[in-house]
Amino acid sequence: MIYNVKIETMSTISMRRLQLKRLKHIVNYAYANIPFYKNKYDQAGFKPCDIKNLDDIKRIPFVVKSDLRENYPYGLLAVPKESLVRIHASSGTSGKPTVVCYTENDMKVWIECCARVSAAGGVTKDDLVQISFGYGMFTGALGMHQGCRKLGAAIIPASSGNTERQVMFLKDLQASVLVATPSYALYISEMINKLGYNIEDFNLKLGLFGSEASTDAMHNEIRKRLKIETTDNYGLSEIIGPGVSGECLAHTGLHVNEDHFYPEVLDRESLEPIEDGELGELVLTTLTKEGMPMIRYRTKDLTSLDRSPCPCGRNTVRMSRVTGRTDDMLIIRGVNVFPSQVESVLMNMKEIGGQYEMIITRENYLDKLEIRVEVADGALLSDFHSLEKLRELVKHNIKVILQIDAEIKLVEPLSLKRFEGKARRVTDLRQI
Amino acid sequence: MIINQIAVFLENRSGRICEFARVLKDANINIQTMNIADTSEYGILRAITDNNDKAIKVLKENGFNTASTDLIGFQVADKPGEMHKVLQLLDQERINISYLYSYAQVGSKTAAILLKVDFPDLAIKILNQNGVKSF
Repeated sequence: MIYNVKIETMSTISMRRLQLKRLKHIVNYAYANIPFYKNKYDQAGFKPCDIKNLDDIKRIPFVVKSDLRENYPYGLLAVPKESLVRIHASSGTSGKPTVVCYTENDMKVWIECCARVSAAGGVTKDDLVQISFGYGMFTGALGMHQGCRKLGAAIIPASSGNTERQVMFLKDLQASVLVATPSYALYISEMINKLGYNIEDFNLKLGLFGSEASTDAMHNEIRKRLKIETTDNYGLSEIIGPGVSGECLAHTGLHVNEDHFYPEVLDRESLEPIEDGELGELVLTTLTKEGMPMIRYRTKDLTSLDRSPCPCGRNTVRMSRVTGRTDDMLIIRGVNVFPSQVESVLMNMKEIGGQYEMIITRENYLDKLEIRVEVADGALLSDFHSLEKLRELVKHNIKVILQIDAEIKLVEPLSLKRFEGKARRVTDLRQI
Repeated sequence: MIINQIAVFLENRSGRICEFARVLKDANINIQTMNIADTSEYGILRAITDNNDKAIKVLKENGFNTASTDLIGFQVADKPGEMHKVLQLLDQERINISYLYSYAQVGSKTAAILLKVDFPDLAIKILNQNGVKSF
């Protein structure tokens, strides 16, 4: 089902007209209301009135993730704090998280876009949707929750963790849709086998997956194991959360809600526009966001665009599944993790040395992060307990910043690799 | 009496204890006691040598995380009940023991008990008052 027929099937020419009108507005709006944009544009010699057509977007300076950190928490707001109705947060590149804010209208847009994505993935009002994303500051769970509610579906807000209980709800409550990361869906399928259940006793029909990169092989595996149809969806909290784009049942790519989020795919080196179909960095502009507009935000995600017709009837541009990143961001159990975050935690602890290694593995479809640190402080050697306390402290400090549990391994001084050039501290052994 | 001991952080990897001993051998340092417990990923090797200061210096030069700790040591008769006597006296004073090792030499009638405790001065006082000789 197409949720918003008028917009999603709109002719390309009408869509471009709508986008240009909205782009002109948002650039003027940001320039007038957010000193960050005014300063940036003045310095670059860019004037909002320079936007005459959509291609002029390439004259606008980019926004990057560190801009959000430098303006933490409210520096990029275009509205008074009193106008906000929701705040979410995601990982920052170091200590502080990236905070994102929504007005009432932003929430309406967000819910509509998540409803479109959910409808494209096959969800209807008759469905019972189990959401196995962590609820809380993370946009994934509440975004998809509200989108599915908008379609009239019922929700099981299972959140993340306690997989045995998740499986019990799926089976006993006869959920028909699973919203999760694809790797967690695989883990759930393992648990179903482990608990000795038969997949025929479940009522699952659809899987809506997002918040981490996935491949066709992974989707095929989930389809086979859970006997469901699966789709991929994409979003990021800086832009809005889930709802930026989503796959339809024709599986031709992820339809971008381009009336709200204008996509560009640029050469990863030169950041110049490239042809449709070529792989490059996705840059997004929020065309309608009131609280915290993002104009030419560099997502660092690699994708390509496709404007060929789709059998589903939607006429919106499609992006391919995100296959990788241009920076060193990792996605571990659906959570964005930057090595720089780990570094900022470790550098503040004098008991351990400056070298570290991160090793990511996947066991039973569950990501595991191991962090190796060198014990530098001799005073800890008076008893074993002090070392265990140090290990717990590192684990705790990492959890505060990353939101995930890491296994901490204490190693001898000088035993970790030293690098003369760019350090390679991350070993990702996952086979995705 | 306070007895100085060295403590070395060792990863549970083959060859590491051997490497520790090699460093001391090359520096001509004699190991008098040595002790390591089995733990999963890493452990603390504890030893007393004939020159702890030099041992710490050469171990550090060879990349070992090494520190010096003070223990208390007592000499008891090598017969049943002696260990119990020492532990009971400490227990009565609610002195907690972090770790302990003891040894008896073949042919000797006495044994040594080395302890790391919460309140070393109090422990020495109590044990001496009750006839347990310091080392």
